Amino acid sequence: MMRRLKVLVAKPGLDGHDRGAKVVAMALRDAGMEVIYTGLRQSADEVVKAALQEDVDVIGLSILSGAHMRICEKVLNLMKEKGIDEKPVFVGGIIPAEDALELKKMGIFEVFGPGTPLKAIVDSIKGAIDK
Amino acid sequence: MNNPERLRKVKEEWKEKKVLPLLRKFPERKNQFKTSFDSDIDILYTPEDLPPDGYDKALGFPGQYPFTRGVQPTMYRGRLWTMRQYAGFGTAEESNERYRYLLSQGQTGLSVAFDLPTQIGYDSDDPMAEGEVGKVGVAIDSLEDMEILFEGIPLDKVSTSMTINSTAAILLAMYIAVGEKQGVDPSKLTGTIQNDILKEYIARGTYIFPPDASMRLITDIFEYCSKKLPEFNTISISGYHIREAGADAVQEVAFTLADGIAYVESAIKAGLDPNIFGKRLSFFFNSHNNFLEEIAKFRAARRLWAKIMKDRFGVTDEKAMMLRFHTQTGGSTLTAQQPMNNIIRVAFQAMAAVLGGTQSLHTNSYDEALGLPTQDSVTIALRTQQIIACETGVTDTVDPVGGSYYVENLTDRIEKLASDYLQKIDDLGGMVKAVQEGYIQKEILKTAYNYQLKIEREEQVIVGVNQYLSDENPKKDILKIDPIIEEKQINKLGTLKRRRNSQAVEEALKELKKAALGSENLFPFILNAVKCYATLGEISNTLRDVFGEYTEAVIL
Repeated sequence: MMRRLKVLVAKPGLDGHDRGAKVVAMALRDAGMEVIYTGLRQSADEVVKAALQEDVDVIGLSILSGAHMRICEKVLNLMKEKGIDEKPVFVGGIIPAEDALELKKMGIFEVFGPGTPLKAIVDSIKGAIDK
Repeated sequence: MNNPERLRKVKEEWKEKKVLPLLRKFPERKNQFKTSFDSDIDILYTPEDLPPDGYDKALGFPGQYPFTRGVQPTMYRGRLWTMRQYAGFGTAEESNERYRYLLSQGQTGLSVAFDLPTQIGYDSDDPMAEGEVGKVGVAIDSLEDMEILFEGIPLDKVSTSMTINSTAAILLAMYIAVGEKQGVDPSKLTGTIQNDILKEYIARGTYIFPPDASMRLITDIFEYCSKKLPEFNTISISGYHIREAGADAVQEVAFTLADGIAYVESAIKAGLDPNIFGKRLSFFFNSHNNFLEEIAKFRAARRLWAKIMKDRFGVTDEKAMMLRFHTQTGGSTLTAQQPMNNIIRVAFQAMAAVLGGTQSLHTNSYDEALGLPTQDSVTIALRTQQIIACETGVTDTVDPVGGSYYVENLTDRIEKLASDYLQKIDDLGGMVKAVQEGYIQKEILKTAYNYQLKIEREEQVIVGVNQYLSDENPKKDILKIDPIIEEKQINKLGTLKRRRNSQAVEEALKELKKAALGSENLFPFILNAVKCYATLGEISNTLRDVFGEYTEAVIL
C-alpha cells in the first residue's frame, strides 16, 4: 500500500489570518493526507524543525501579512542547511503576481492566491510528489 | 387582512392554486432556498411573518428601547454616519500624509492600522518583527512615532479609531500624551480603541497574555477612562474578524454579544457600574453580500443587546442599552479575479450597513485581495459612501426597510438563533471558557469549511471565481512597502534610545512591574512609562515577565 502523504501546514510570522490555512488543512485531510498544523506565530526555525521532526513530504506556508518574501527566503535557506530542500514548499495567501514569480524563482513550488479551488491545491500537491 | 389565521389560510390556498401548478411546469432555480445560516427561505412573506410581540414591543421607535429601528431618533436625517477608512502603512510620516489626504477628501474620522509588531508588543528591532515592520499598518515604537503620526491633526477636532488590542493601553496612553502636547485635555478626546481581546483568541490572533491578565488590562482601561476620558469608546466589541474567519451571520451576532457579556461581567466584578460604562461600549460588525440578511443582522444585534443589558444586567439607563456600531465591508468577499467587480460588492455591502443603521463605516478598496490598496482605490471606496449618503435617498427617513415582512422575519430569526447560542455558551461556563476550550473556534471552522465546499460544488456562485470567468490582464500597480522602512524605523529607535533619559525609563518600568504583580490599575503606570519614551516593546516585555504569554489551543 502506498504511504499516506504527510503535509505540514504552517503559519509563519506574526500573521493571524488562519481561515485559509485551516480550511486547506481540512481539505487535504479529506483528500486522504496526513496533516500537521502548527498554529500561529511560528518562526522559520520552528517551521523547519517541525518539518524535520514530523518527516513530512510537503510544506505549506500561509502568509497574508505581506511578509512573504523574507519569510520564504528564510525557510528555504534553512531547509537547504538541513538538507531537506528537495521537499516541495507551497505558499498560500495575498501574494502579488510579481512576488509570486519571484518566489517560484527562489524555489517555491507553487503559490496559491485567493479563490483557488481546494481541488487545485490537492492536485498540485499530489502532482509535486508524483514527479 | 390582519387576522393571522385567515391570512395563513389564504396563503396556503394561493400556494396550492397558483404556485404549485406553475412549479410543475417551471421548477424553481434551486431545490431549496436557504439563508447563509442554513435556515429555510419561504417563497413569500406576509404580515403573518411580522414579530409576534407586536409593533411596540418588537420594533418600537428609533432612539427608544429596544432600538430595533436605530439608536438615534433622527438617524441620518440629523447627521450622516462617520466615514472612516482604516488606513496606515509604513512609517508614521507616510501614514500621517495619507490621513491628511483622506481628511482633505471629506473623510470625517481617522482609523489607524498598526503593523503586526506594534499590535503584538514587539519593537521594530525585535527579531520577531523581522519582515513585518510597516506591512499591514504603521509601525509605532514610542511616543515619538505617535507624535509624528498625528502631526498637524488637532486631536480635539477629529475622532480617532485605533485597531489595537493587546497593546491598547500603551497606544491609548501615547494618544493621550500627544493630545496633552497639543494642549488638548484628555476629557476632550473622542474615538475608539478596539481593546477586544477575546476575539483575538477566537479569530484575529494578536493576543499576547493569557485571558485573565488580558481581561484585567481591559477593565483597567474601562476604569481609568470612565474618569479621565468620558467621551472615548473604550472597547469596540468586534464581530468583524469572527465573520472573516468564516462565521455566518448568526454566529457573528452570537459570538460578538457573548464577548460583550464577558466584558460587562468582568467590569461589574471590578466594581464598575454598567449604567455608566455601558455607554462607552461600542461594537464593530461586518457587512457581507447577502443584502437583506445583513440588514436584518444589524437590527437583530441591536435588539438583542438592549435586552441583554436590561434583563441580564439590570441596566436602567437606556443609553447604556444602545448598541452603537462601526461597520466594515467584508474583506473575505473580495475576489482577486476580476477585481473591479469588488467595487459593486462593496457598494451593496455598504448599503446594507446604512440600511442597518450603522454609526460609522469603512468601505474596502477593490484591490485588497491583491495587496495593499492604492490611493486611487481608497478614493473610490470613500466615494462609494458619499454616493450612498448624498444620491440614493436612503438617508432621508429612518429605518426605511423596517416593516418589510421578510426583513422583520429574518431579524426575529437571527435574534432567536443567536440567543440559542448564548444559552449554549452560558451552559459551557461563559465565553472565556468556551474560547479556551476551542468550542467557538470549532463552530466557526465548521461553517468556513462547509461554505468553501459549497463554492467548490458551485452551490454558491462567486462571480468571476467559479462562474462567469474571463481572461484577465495581469494586474495594475499595487502599493508596495519599501523594505528600507524597516531599517529606517530601527535607526530611529536606536537614536531615541540614546537620547532619552534612560534612568527615568528604567524607573518607570520598575514601577509598572511592581504594579502588575499587585492589583493596582495599570493604566497610570503605562502612561507614565510612555511619557518617558519607554518603547512599546519594553512596556510589553515588562508585562510579559509578569503575566506570561498565551499559547493557542490548536484546533483542527
